[in-house]
This record gives sequence, C-alpha cells and structure tokens, in this order.
Amino acid sequence: MDNIAGKKSSLTWVLHLSVLALVLLWIFPTVGLLVSSFRTTDQIRSSGWWAALFPAVQNETLRSADPDESRVLRDDGLYMVSGNLYVVDGAVDTPEDVVAEISVWGTSSRNIDAYVPGDTADLGDGETMTVEANGDYVWIGNDAQISGRGQRVFVTAESPPEFTLQNYRNVLFDPDNREGMTRAFFNTLTVTIPATIIPILIAAFAAYALAWMEFPGRALLIAAIVALLVVPLQLALIPLLSLHNSIGIGKGYLGVWLAHTGFGLPLAIYLLRNYMVGLPRDIIECAKVDGATDFQIFTKIILPLSFPALASFAIFQFLWTWNDLLVAMVFLIDSSGETTVMTRQIVELLGTRGGDWEILATSAFVSIAVPLVVFFTMQRYLVRGLLAGSVK
Amino acid sequence: MNPALQGLVTIIVGVGGCVAYFYFSNQILDKVLFPPRGPNAGRNINRAEAIRPWLFLFPAMAALGLYLAYPVFETIRLSVTDRDLGGAFVGGANYAQMFQEDKFWEAVRNNLLWLLVVPAMATAFGLLAAQLTDRIGWGNIAKSLIFMPMAISFVGAAVIFKLIYDARPEDVAQIGVLNAIYLQLGGDSPITWLTVPFWNNFFLMIVLIWIQTGFAMVILSAALRGIPEETVEAAIVDGANPFQIFFKIKVPQIAGTIVVVWTTITIVVLKVFDIVFAMTNGQWETQVLANYMYDKLFRSNDWGVGSASAMIIMLMVTPILVWNVYNARKEMR
Repeated sequence: MDNIAGKKSSLTWVLHLSVLALVLLWIFPTVGLLVSSFRTTDQIRSSGWWAALFPAVQNETLRSADPDESRVLRDDGLYMVSGNLYVVDGAVDTPEDVVAEISVWGTSSRNIDAYVPGDTADLGDGETMTVEANGDYVWIGNDAQISGRGQRVFVTAESPPEFTLQNYRNVLFDPDNREGMTRAFFNTLTVTIPATIIPILIAAFAAYALAWMEFPGRALLIAAIVALLVVPLQLALIPLLSLHNSIGIGKGYLGVWLAHTGFGLPLAIYLLRNYMVGLPRDIIECAKVDGATDFQIFTKIILPLSFPALASFAIFQFLWTWNDLLVAMVFLIDSSGETTVMTRQIVELLGTRGGDWEILATSAFVSIAVPLVVFFTMQRYLVRGLLAGSVK
Repeated sequence: MNPALQGLVTIIVGVGGCVAYFYFSNQILDKVLFPPRGPNAGRNINRAEAIRPWLFLFPAMAALGLYLAYPVFETIRLSVTDRDLGGAFVGGANYAQMFQEDKFWEAVRNNLLWLLVVPAMATAFGLLAAQLTDRIGWGNIAKSLIFMPMAISFVGAAVIFKLIYDARPEDVAQIGVLNAIYLQLGGDSPITWLTVPFWNNFFLMIVLIWIQTGFAMVILSAALRGIPEETVEAAIVDGANPFQIFFKIKVPQIAGTIVVVWTTITIVVLKVFDIVFAMTNGQWETQVLANYMYDKLFRSNDWGVGSASAMIIMLMVTPILVWNVYNARKEMR
C-alpha cells in the first residue's frame, strides 16, 4: 500500500531491521533463561549466558600426575611422567575426549603464557616439560626432580560452547531432591485439567440461552456478565475461603477447581455467547421447524459448530490456571506444602536459592515449557479468542 | 485419595453431572411438569418455553453469584466490620486505619505509576509492532515471537527478568545483562536494580509491558487490517508521507480499538500481584495494592483493612466496568 504511487519505499530495509530488532529484544529475555538452564553451575557463575554461545577462553591451573606413583625410569637414567593434563584433572576420561585447545601455557604463575603448545620448557638442571595443544604432556628429570607433587601447568585454553542436561536431570528426575519440580508439575496438572474442562459445559449452556432464547431480563444478564468480567478476583479471596472452610471443603483441590470455575465463567460465557450469536439463524430455525427441542439443537448443532470458540476459551483457561499463583496459594496450598504448584515452588526457590541460577532457570523453564507448546500449536485459536473477547 | 484420581473423578462427576442435569431437567420439564399434550397443550408449551432458559442458565448463574457477586457484597461488609470484635460494625475505622499507613499510600502511588506507564507503553509498543509487521513477508513469525510472552506466567517472567537484573560483586563477571551493559558503558560498580527506590518500580513494570505488548499487538493488528484501503490510497494520492498516513489516517480510525486495549491492560495492571510478589514482595518501596491486600489478609490476618484495600481496587476498576457495560449495551441495540 505504501508504494501504491509507483515508488518502492526506500525505507524497506530499515523496516525489516527495526522489526528484527524488536523481535530480538522481545525474545532475548526468554532465550537467556533457556540457555542458562543448559549450563553448569560453574559456567553460570563465571560468565554471562550470552558468553555460552561463543567459544570460551579460560585460564586454568592443571597438574601432572603424582610422580611417585606414575613415573617410569628411562634407559638414560632419567625419570619420566607422561599423560594428559585434562585426564589427570578429571575433566575428561580419555585424551580423545578433550575439547579444549590450549593456546599458550606456562609453568610459573608469573608467566602463564611463556610457551605455545609443542614447546619444551626448561625447568632448570635438565628438568624439562612438554605440553601439546590437547593437554598431552611429557615431564622428564632426575630422581629428585620427578618426586613430591605433580608439576603445575598454567594453561590458557579455548573451549567450544558446552551444554548439559544435568540441571534437568536434577530438577525433574532426582527422587532425592526435595526441591524438585516433579511433584509440583503433577499438582499443577491436577489443578489445571478439571479447572479447564468443567467451566466449558456450564458456560456453553448459559451462552446458548443468552444468545438464542428469548426471555425477560436477558439484556440485563448479559450486562451483568460484562461487568463481572472485570471484577477483581481479589475481592473473592476471603469471603470464599471462609465459605469453603465453613462447608468443609477447606483448602484443597476441590476448592481450587471450584474457584477457577467461578472465576473463568464470565469470560467463557462472554466468548461463547459472542460466537453463538454469529451462527446463522436459518439453521436453528430450520431445526425448530423440524421439531427439534432446544436441548437437541444445542447438543447436535450449536455445540459442534462452536468448536473454535470452545477451543479459544479452553486455551485461555488452561494458560490462566497453569500460570496462576494467587488462587492456588489461597485455595489450595496448605501448610504441609504437599499440594504446592509450580509457580509457588518457583517463588519459594527465588527466596531460598536466589543466586543458584541453574536451579531457578531450569525450574522456571519446566513450568513455562507446557504453556509455550500450547501457545505455538494453538495460536490460531488464541488469537481468535482474544479478538472476540475484548469488549468492542 | 490420589489427587490425579480425584481429578479424574471430579471431571467425570462435573461433566457427567452437568450433562445429566441439563438432560433430566429438560425431560422433567417436557414430560412431567408441562407435557405438550392434553387439554392445556398450548399453555403448557408456552410455560415450558418460559422456564427453559432458566434451566440452561441456572448452573452458571449459581456459580457466578456465589463466586463473584456474593464476594463483592461480603467484602463490603467485611471492610466495615472488625473480626476481632466478633464482626461488630465499626464504620469507616478500617479505612481510617488504612489511610494512616505509609505503606498504603506507597501502594496507591505505585499503582498510579503503573496505571500511567504500563498501558501506555504496552499499547504504544503493540501499535508499533502491529504497524511494522503489517506488510512484511515474515510478519506472522515476528508477531508470534512478540506474542509469545503472553503464554509465560508472571512468575516465570519474574525469574526471567531477575536474571537480567542480577548483580554480582564488582570483582567477578556480571551474569545479569543489564549490569554487564552498564559496566561496559562505563558504569562504576554493578547496581542492584531492584533495590533502587522509585526507579525499581519501572524495572518491575518492564516485565508487564513485555508480557502485554503481544496482546496489544494482536488486537491492533486486526484493527489495522480492517481499515478501508481507499482511505489510505486517497491519502497517498494526496501526497501524504508514511508518518502522516499512520498518525492522521490510520490511528484515528482505530481509536476505538486503542481504547479497548488500553482499558483491558489497565484492568490487568490494577490486579497485578504475582510480579511484585515474586520479585520484591513490596520491599524497597515497590508495594502495590494487590500485594498490600495479600499482606494484610494472609500475613497480618487483618481482614478489615485487607477488605478495605480490596474495595479500593474495586473502586478503581468501577469506571472501566461501567464503560464496558455501557458499550456492550450500546452494541446490542
């Protein structure tokens, strides 16, 4: 449209770049969390997550094997220790596994870049040390020199980006981990599924009545639904908690399901009514002429046709109940903590493990992974629901 | 009982109960109470038709009444009574006590700040994103990535942004992006952003702006698509530049939608709780009303003041509530 007058806008590439910048800015925070969840504790502590995307240059102090145990006597009367610095360090099992590449090394802390790989360092009185790029070393000297502790080697090495699944193993599959997310994950699922399914049917019947049945007070009821859409659920906390306590539900799953059902209904009725009103009048009147009852019209015609709206609401309610913290804290989680949900667990971890980003990032990602999958697979319905649900 | 099993039973009972209720209540109405035959067939049909809507509405009305309407009135009652005095009427004492607390005024000030900044910024960014992505080939991918934070919980977003705001001692590498950039740009020492009074509010607001921009973008993008092409064509023929087209032709035509987006985000802002609760818990002068209320209700166990502050939130929502109802009624006519 902008180039309708025959000239292609010269700003096109600026447009593309600014969109790219905006998108990068928006996904940057989430990418940070995702990358962090795949890094080891040491990596997270020693550098920012953005450094993980590039080869890391690290200064390390390594040590050769204990000479008293592993030295061998050579034909020329000198002793020799050989092996791989990284294997001795325990970083890898065999020299073939070494991924780091040593760029410079030294044997004194004051001169850590004295030699390049392949050089032979003269340690005085005929004692020598040779280090290769992959950490293989040969250390030669006389009986007195090759004894005591292993020779220290200061290396500067470049290692390629490295990621680990260990954090996920700890957070999800370690049965001994009291702070693990497995239980909270299943608790969240237990809250979410009934809280998503139950309101749909109740709302669908009401929406049908409000859309296609004539009765006095209908307009007033619709206005009331629109009003209830914005009533802050904060108002409901204490009255409903007292109510639950007095009728014996107390804190628990039943209470949280009922609460989510109640809080989700205005949006559900509103969305579904708006959709059902738009269905063609002919179909319904034809069915009535053919003798169908309202109940039959609803179950056989309206419900199947309303599938897109039902899906929209289901996604909304799913995201909302999955991500909810307040309702779960008030109506579900008791002092035993057995029924904690993921959001609550993460808030607790923020308090107790504030600096341990490998745990925090992994736990947070476990909790946002499911909504993200739902989001990307069902985005169409979500957008449609948003467009129908905003009061125009 | 195992919670998963309990959940399954609840689904079956809930859904089955609903179906059974609707089916049998309709059956009873048609077969027992007002059968459409016999001497009064015509009258019976009319009566059944008058009652049937209420059968359809009853479960929803009961749930809404109990879970949303009743609490509003109960909260009003609680806000003018004192629980320690056995629920005696105390008039405005709870409100008076609340108005004397500094924390309350801090929360009000911050809420107003949030109200000014977040809807404006989220709508502006949403409009920008909607306009920019409108006519480029990969616009849909860009939109879906900007929209993505909508699916992330406030708590998840709090963790994400806490990592960005993280501060480490001066002598070690910074792992928070903000401090890394700050030091790179010549800052002296890392700053713990969330503890800097006043400005930390904005660092919390960024989280909500980040989440809500996608929502604004989706709605506004649809509105932009709905603008009649002729108006834009006419402007181009008249020699308008892209900025004039955007601000003088497009924006006025979607003004109604902008208001809708603005008010919807305003409602979200008024209820904002999780972000503050998870990131600062109202410390360092970041208190907001919803968190203040939670503090009063569940930490101090002061139902009177807690309900009073809930009423303040309700009061702030009311203008939008009235506006929405007014518009909805206008549309139905």
